[in-house]
Amino acid sequence: MRIHLLILTFLVAGAAQASGETLRATNPRWKAECGSCHVAYPARLLPAESWKAMMAGLDKHFGSDASIDPATTAEILAFLEQNAGRRKPDPAVKPQLRITETHWFKREHDEVPAATWKNPLVKSAANCAACHTRAEQGDFNERSLRLPK
Amino acid sequence: MFHTIMHISLAAVLAIALPAVAQTPAETLAVLKQTAAETPGFHGFSTARGEQFFKSTHGSDWSCATCHTDNPAGVGKHTRTGKAIQPLAPAANADRFTDQAKVDKWFKRNCNDVLNRACTPLEKGDVLTYLMSLAK
Repeated sequence: MRIHLLILTFLVAGAAQASGETLRATNPRWKAECGSCHVAYPARLLPAESWKAMMAGLDKHFGSDASIDPATTAEILAFLEQNAGRRKPDPAVKPQLRITETHWFKREHDEVPAATWKNPLVKSAANCAACHTRAEQGDFNERSLRLPK
Repeated sequence: MFHTIMHISLAAVLAIALPAVAQTPAETLAVLKQTAAETPGFHGFSTARGEQFFKSTHGSDWSCATCHTDNPAGVGKHTRTGKAIQPLAPAANADRFTDQAKVDKWFKRNCNDVLNRACTPLEKGDVLTYLMSLAK
């Protein structure tokens, strides 16, 4: 029994560490370019197909011109694809561009009260750092979670 | 041979460590002036025109001041994401207007967002002249 518990502890710790590390995958250009107007969203939060579509449309990026030069675009896209989420999207459907519209995001945030989303300190569901206090460091652990009052 | 390799690696390290072609805001302005001077009727940049341009909307919802605020020597805020924007006035932020590629990138993006077109060299020069006139 004790051994089982130990193994379980290791497995859970191992899984947590693995997910933490992949969310923390970093690249200086990605951090600088994708992090200038918002938190640089971790590559793993979208599949490679989505990143490809995102990087191809930066001149019209959610209502803003976020265009960057071709060499930097190529480097960032390679980084994003290499560290992208592994779940294969439905090829018949257009690639998902909003992280907040993924099933994963909705499931992870279904306990967040409606009042929190409406809090002016949150402003937008894209504002990870409003609650994930260490989002800038790629740390989305529940321990660093603080809902603004 | 050894010395050559040392020199090459030293050069490589320096190239990585130094920011891309550093220049002063005055040099950035001089580049704009050179281009603006090609326009007929150019009589120099104007702080007052730059301030007016910065604080007005130009057919869209946003002005420069929407995110950079009416005091570009202070911290601004991205109107959509809420992310803090460091001061734009060189007196308050020594990094501003010191990297030509960065200057070009942001003028392109922000002029598209605010005016739905590229800014003219005169408009850019006026704005930079205004920003450079601000104290910390």
